[in-house]
Amino acid sequence: MSGNNERSIWVMQGNEACSVGAVAAGVDFFAGYPITPSSEIAEFMARHLPLIGGRFIQMEDEIGSIAAIIGASLAGARSMTATSGPGFSLMQENLGLACLAEIPCVIVNVQRAGPSTGLPTQPAQGDVMQTRWGTHGDHAIIALAPATVLECIELTARCVSLSEEFRTPVVLLMDEVIGHMRESVEVPAPGSYKVHSRPHPRDEQEDYQPFCGGLSGIPPMAHFGGPHRFHVTGLTHDERGFPTMVPEEVDRKIRGIVGKIEDRADDLAMNEETMTDDCEVLLFAYGSSARVAKASLRVLRERGLKAGLLRVKTIWPFSGKRLRELAPQLRSIIVPEMNLGQLVTEVERAVAGVVPVRHFGRVDGHLFEPDQITDFVLEEIAS
Amino acid sequence: MTKDEGRFEIRLSGSGGQGLMLAGKLLAEAASVYDGKNTVQTQSYGPEARGGKSKTDIVISTEDIDYPKATSVDVLLAMTQVSADEYRRSLKEGGLFVVDSYLVDNAGLDSAIGIPFTLLAIEQCGRALFANVVALGAVVELSKAVEWDSLEKTVVARVPSGTEEANKRALAVGREAARRATGKVS
Repeated sequence: MSGNNERSIWVMQGNEACSVGAVAAGVDFFAGYPITPSSEIAEFMARHLPLIGGRFIQMEDEIGSIAAIIGASLAGARSMTATSGPGFSLMQENLGLACLAEIPCVIVNVQRAGPSTGLPTQPAQGDVMQTRWGTHGDHAIIALAPATVLECIELTARCVSLSEEFRTPVVLLMDEVIGHMRESVEVPAPGSYKVHSRPHPRDEQEDYQPFCGGLSGIPPMAHFGGPHRFHVTGLTHDERGFPTMVPEEVDRKIRGIVGKIEDRADDLAMNEETMTDDCEVLLFAYGSSARVAKASLRVLRERGLKAGLLRVKTIWPFSGKRLRELAPQLRSIIVPEMNLGQLVTEVERAVAGVVPVRHFGRVDGHLFEPDQITDFVLEEIAS
Repeated sequence: MTKDEGRFEIRLSGSGGQGLMLAGKLLAEAASVYDGKNTVQTQSYGPEARGGKSKTDIVISTEDIDYPKATSVDVLLAMTQVSADEYRRSLKEGGLFVVDSYLVDNAGLDSAIGIPFTLLAIEQCGRALFANVVALGAVVELSKAVEWDSLEKTVVARVPSGTEEANKRALAVGREAARRATGKVS
């Protein structure tokens, strides 16, 4: 990271920007196990956190990493880890623990091509459904996807804020292109981001119930070491945190951790729209693919096609609201993704057959080129 | 080639360990921090720590940069035979093609300007590891991709403390070699 301090113009890498956003949002604990293409995040946090009184721990693996950030969060820290596909797979079990025990934390996944070790230095968007459903059992997740270096700062800070506000793990879903890309950015002044703090019980409150959110609420969270003692478990638990098999209590718990997020899906949706006012063909994209779609959009417009772009920054919870609003004016929706069809299934669900939806996938370890998307769209429209 | 309008693409290619990622970072920083342009730099390399193909694309523009990689390269630097053979196809018609003639046989590359960067680094800077900065000096002199002053400021600001003068000298060696190669000896 380097730049001119007076003008605050910096040439920064996406991974560095993610770390800057984390620190700006008050992250004071990071545990991780470096892995390409996310390693620069751990590198930055290792250098920076000790300088501001925070803690960095390099763990023995990714299972330990997520366990450590869950523990730190219970003790009151704002905690984060960063990884890529293979490490994200290892984190799934404890991701479920954080969902069920309602523990705020941020997991950054800089996606590389998989499955397995795959292509460590090459991009993909193959972890979209793993992010949603990688851990077992019914649960909800929040996941955001940046497309610029500036957004790596903004959305990381937003992830921290949402994790605190909703008492839930939040995933920043980047990809290798965005993580490794350097871009000139004007860095926002310190304090530019409003970051929520988790709801906290009063110290003197009697009969504190750590899991009393009901079907859609977010219960206050005491931290370990404070005056409130409570039980945390991966067993399905009642409002006090003790294991339960009472059907009504189990049902309320599961509906509660899903409802507190899914009920607010439309409010959580962050989109960027380009030329959608009069568009007849809609490109739907996210992350680095959306940058290519935007470049393609200009060419399509020059060729007289009324094309537009809906770029989603909030991947999960998925909101179909904007798609349903646009559907009546559309002839076709085209979804370029660096996978063989993941978020496209949500697009199809949202428009429910009202508009034809076509997926355009690339899984050879390379980002799309603008001409590829342009040609695909033109062929689709012609057929 | 125009540096003032629209999009300008530079591709630096070679082998892992030749310092091309650093050269790309320096160029990107010179363009945006000092020249005030929008810049995006991306990279591509294999899983090896050293060796293997390595390239970095730097896109400089006065407008927003959507597609972050190069598609129609204005300036191509190749520091190995493999990268020269592979990436010459990406060079646009009339684009600038520069190769390290110490490592690349440019007999078959008729449009290429050959400068022995690695040899110059060894003989005039004392170590082969200056080859990237020598090449950067030549590429900027030939392409005017960024202001010379901006490049020098960036290099001085970013290289390890104590090596500023050696790196400035490496830039100047590259600049001189570029002038000689194009018959513009000052």
